[in-house]
Amino acid sequence: MANTVKRYNVRMAGLGGQGVVTASHIISNAVVISGGFSSLVPFFGSEKRNAPVESYVRISNDEIYEIGEIVYPNVLMIFSAQVITLGKSYTMPFYTGLKQGGEILINNNKPIPFIPDEARELEEKEANIYYLPATEMANDVAGTELATNMAMCGAMAAIFGMPDMNSLEESVKDRFIGKGIVVSGGTAALDSVIEKKFAKKQKLLEANMKTIKAAYQYAIDNKWGAQKDSVDGKPVLVV
Amino acid sequence: MSDTQAAQKKEEWVPAGDLQEVKDPEWLFNEAPREQIFITGSEAAREAIRRSNVDIAISYPITPQSETMQQCGYLYDEGYIKEYYRGEEEIGVMSALGGSSRAGVRSLTATSGPGLMRGMEAISSWPGARTPLVLLNMCRVINTPLAIQPDNIEISFLLNTGILHAHAENQQDFYDYSIAAFLVSEEVDVTLPAVVSVDGFFVTHARGNVKLWDEKYKIPPRDGWRSAVPAMDNENPPARISRDAPIQKSNFISYHMHASWQQEVFAAVERSAKYWRKYIGDLIEVVNPDAEEFFVTSGSAVSQAREAVRQEGEKGRNVGLIKVKTTRPWPKLELIAALKNCKRILVPEFNQAGWFHKELCSTMYGHINAEIIGGPRVYGGMTMPTEMLLEWLADTRKKAGEKI
Repeated sequence: MANTVKRYNVRMAGLGGQGVVTASHIISNAVVISGGFSSLVPFFGSEKRNAPVESYVRISNDEIYEIGEIVYPNVLMIFSAQVITLGKSYTMPFYTGLKQGGEILINNNKPIPFIPDEARELEEKEANIYYLPATEMANDVAGTELATNMAMCGAMAAIFGMPDMNSLEESVKDRFIGKGIVVSGGTAALDSVIEKKFAKKQKLLEANMKTIKAAYQYAIDNKWGAQKDSVDGKPVLVV
Repeated sequence: MSDTQAAQKKEEWVPAGDLQEVKDPEWLFNEAPREQIFITGSEAAREAIRRSNVDIAISYPITPQSETMQQCGYLYDEGYIKEYYRGEEEIGVMSALGGSSRAGVRSLTATSGPGLMRGMEAISSWPGARTPLVLLNMCRVINTPLAIQPDNIEISFLLNTGILHAHAENQQDFYDYSIAAFLVSEEVDVTLPAVVSVDGFFVTHARGNVKLWDEKYKIPPRDGWRSAVPAMDNENPPARISRDAPIQKSNFISYHMHASWQQEVFAAVERSAKYWRKYIGDLIEVVNPDAEEFFVTSGSAVSQAREAVRQEGEKGRNVGLIKVKTTRPWPKLELIAALKNCKRILVPEFNQAGWFHKELCSTMYGHINAEIIGGPRVYGGMTMPTEMLLEWLADTRKKAGEKI
């Protein structure tokens, strides 16, 4: 019999304009580039800034059949604290369906004070919660908060121990320089804004990669996820 | 192309479509080397259209279809599509498309749930007018309250129109079925419109692996003279001239004529099966044919059932799956043969009404003794987690007093 099928299910939640869907494309594409299997599906209403957005990425070592939303994720990526504090989410509370011992990556510069029920349930789920100051990092490193999603991708790759940095870089290139990825009509309009801000696409790519790498390093320094049990600096895959 | 747009093109510009090489469709489908790429369903549709030698594409935006016809705009700009414009709304688009097909050119549009319903008057007139064309349908909730997520109830409205209908499971199917749809719909003894449906967002906005043949190849152009009937002109013979019964009754066709016309349309739907098989293989796919329990369904529900079958297999339990690729023609005999020895059938669906379950029950009535369970069902755009399918399996076994 072939090796056991491993399934990593990521649910991303954030606000319109934060690049949640783009982040899912970048991670998913990077997994495929690195030789793994991945699929993704976004979920959003009218495309407008600050409206709730979710996107789902499936990663596996074998062909993926399942499609649609991920109801029972192993990993959550929360792109904005408002997802939790203002309930700007399709999934309430945000950790609904999270599997036992799952990972949660939250973009915030300090721990969020959960209400008692949430805190208890998260403890019962034995969730590992990581806080990444992604927006600050994007501002510091790339000079724009538009790179917040890149920081989230970088930290996620470190927490998972995959995809590798080369594949991530290829994937980012695909998105911004290569063939392009058809995300949505609204994103096409946003792209032109980003391009105006960065006169040259090469600069955009460099700024994005710097942000990804900074967040990756942040996760290593804090021994998150796969970095916790790393052997000789090599991450151990989260199962 | 408008004069202004044409003026913007350099004189030496050659439409990319003119540089493509026409190849035998059977070679393209069954033998041509394919490259695998990781793309969304909308992009898979674009790649199918690029290779389909389309003469005219008429669009009207609606989520989740908009990205596909937007991509068609690029194809038009590159010269893969000869004519392209945005209609006023869906009735206009569907009517115009019927007209372009009657004019003998290969015609394409795409829509979603509410757009399909709005265009329905024109759409349901296509089969009787014997207009080969392709409509790509990205399923979306149609009923109030407003929603944009996938629910495939709209397919039930197409089933009794005389339109050919294929239901794609994933991005790969969407590519293959869309190209095949043009070829099948234009066969002389078919001459009918074809709809290829796919679940919105779950496939259109999701990425999956798609194997494509080289973009330098395209299928042969439509030959407008090859048709079951001459293009129908409602103001001229034969559709409108004779005032004598039984051909004509007042200004309208007589019921004798209309009845036989309908019989011929539905017979043509059945005749199309042999052409579909040439390009997409058997009309059903059977996984674990010797199983006693089966999931039988179409579209996205197939993918979820595939995963449930795999997870049951990991636990040592043999569960079968039948994917129905075309709901019109409906593969009645194939289904009866594949299910004759099973004892339980679950029909997972992405709609409340359970149209697939009803179709299957009417096919199986009197042919098998198996219990046919209508579910699980999700609707309103909800996802069907694999866990739900596994729960239903466990529950039905429990109810039957079986050890799990």
